[in-house]
Amino acid sequence: MTSKNKWLSTPYLLWSIVFIIIPLCMIIYYGLTDKTGAFTLDNITAITTMEHAKALRLSMVLSLISTLICFLLAYPLAMILANMKVGQHSFIILIFILPMWMNFLLRTLAWQTLLEKSGVINSVLSFFHLPNINIINTPYAIVLGMVYNFLPFMVLPLYNALSKIDDNVINAAHDLGANGIHTFFRIILPLSVPGIISGITMVFVPALTTFVISTLLGGSKILLIGNIIEQEFTQTSNWNLGSGLSVVLMFFIILNMIISTVFDKDGEGSML
Amino acid sequence: MKNAAKKIYIALIFIFLYAPIATLMVLSFNASKTRAKWGGFTFRWYASLFKNEVILKALSNTLIIAFCSALIATVIGTIACIAMSGMHRRTKAVILGITNIPMLNADIVTGISLMLLFISFGFRFGMGTILLAHISFNIPYVILSVMPRMKQLNPSTYEAALDLGASELTAFFQVVFPDLFPGVLSGFLMAFTMSLDDFIITHFTKGAGVDTLSTKIYTEVKKGIKPEMYALSTLIFVTVLTLLFLVNFSPTKKSNQTGID
Repeated sequence: MTSKNKWLSTPYLLWSIVFIIIPLCMIIYYGLTDKTGAFTLDNITAITTMEHAKALRLSMVLSLISTLICFLLAYPLAMILANMKVGQHSFIILIFILPMWMNFLLRTLAWQTLLEKSGVINSVLSFFHLPNINIINTPYAIVLGMVYNFLPFMVLPLYNALSKIDDNVINAAHDLGANGIHTFFRIILPLSVPGIISGITMVFVPALTTFVISTLLGGSKILLIGNIIEQEFTQTSNWNLGSGLSVVLMFFIILNMIISTVFDKDGEGSML
Repeated sequence: MKNAAKKIYIALIFIFLYAPIATLMVLSFNASKTRAKWGGFTFRWYASLFKNEVILKALSNTLIIAFCSALIATVIGTIACIAMSGMHRRTKAVILGITNIPMLNADIVTGISLMLLFISFGFRFGMGTILLAHISFNIPYVILSVMPRMKQLNPSTYEAALDLGASELTAFFQVVFPDLFPGVLSGFLMAFTMSLDDFIITHFTKGAGVDTLSTKIYTEVKKGIKPEMYALSTLIFVTVLTLLFLVNFSPTKKSNQTGID
């Protein structure tokens, strides 16, 4: 349409400034000031205290493991789905979105019932005389919760990127004498990089910052950096410290964003 | 052999994704009040659900916010897409960059940032602040669904309509909008789903006394979830599943009807 319709973007631009840009500036402002409003770096450097550094380290480790597991599970799945050539692209997306209609907290809580000492999974294992698993209230359960909740965010971008690869390119590789492994590493994998980067971003950020999954599946003893920030806002009401720690988190998120824009310029690996 | 392995793999992933949902459905028929043991089959929770005003209030709040935020986000997002189609490449890239922020940012950061905004500008926390927050994180989903449709549009049809004497508005609604509609609908449904499933952002932007289903469940976690909650989520899930099934597999309508593109 014609360029005179440009003014139509005004409502959205205003909305973005008020509800996206200004709020982010507020976090940075609160993070860099103390209760009296004076400038300080204390809230940022607070990340180096024992308790906070430990929580951040644990968050990093668990989210990296979860992202890796999601990737390893999702890549073969996305390849199979992309090769099935289901006429309805939307159908595949739907199956992964559908669980969201059952509340996120309840879905995660259901894992308690499944994982408990006398829970469903252990009952099944005992029936077959297999050793029981006791991972509830441990970091393993948190990783499981992360993988469960964020797997769709890895599958969808990968599926999207893989189903866009032209069959002719793969056939050409075969004709030129490449075997399956060669075709995969030289053709399929490089062409799916936008999907990989997008998937990693979509899983890593929510896993790094979650406080719900650790609360529901980790018992109350395991604190992730998300739990600490949440407590600063809802319990101790130290917004400046909470904001300062969020700024530290934002550093990782921004790093992630930069990487994803560099690798995925055309939005090819987007979720939808 | 290879095909069988593929099928088993897909099946395992789906068991993983849907096992908790099946668990919740079974729990909704559990006569025992604790989720730890099976106390026999009952419909009791479905009956008492409709007498539980706290849950029904949370449900209506959730649905009102999901519907209104998805609708407003769809209008703002679609208009923004139309405006962007006529824009310079670089301006467009900047706007799309801003659009990506709520998608890539952590929910906890988005939630906290909005909470600080509302506090600083003296907003009264309640349904209004939840709605504003949900519109904000829903707009990107609409834009990402409508933009691809926008790119496929043929500008000549719009110009032809103008040449044939249609006013700009008529031309838009008669010619352009029908082409955009699948994208708009999928954006709306996506936004509705995201709003419905959100907990973290609502947690930080809700006031005392106002609850959506998510925040209600979160407060119940320590005391134990009321079995009526399982009954309600089972009802919601089954309703959506039935609707999707009807839309997808009805014999009269073919092609892409799921709305998610």
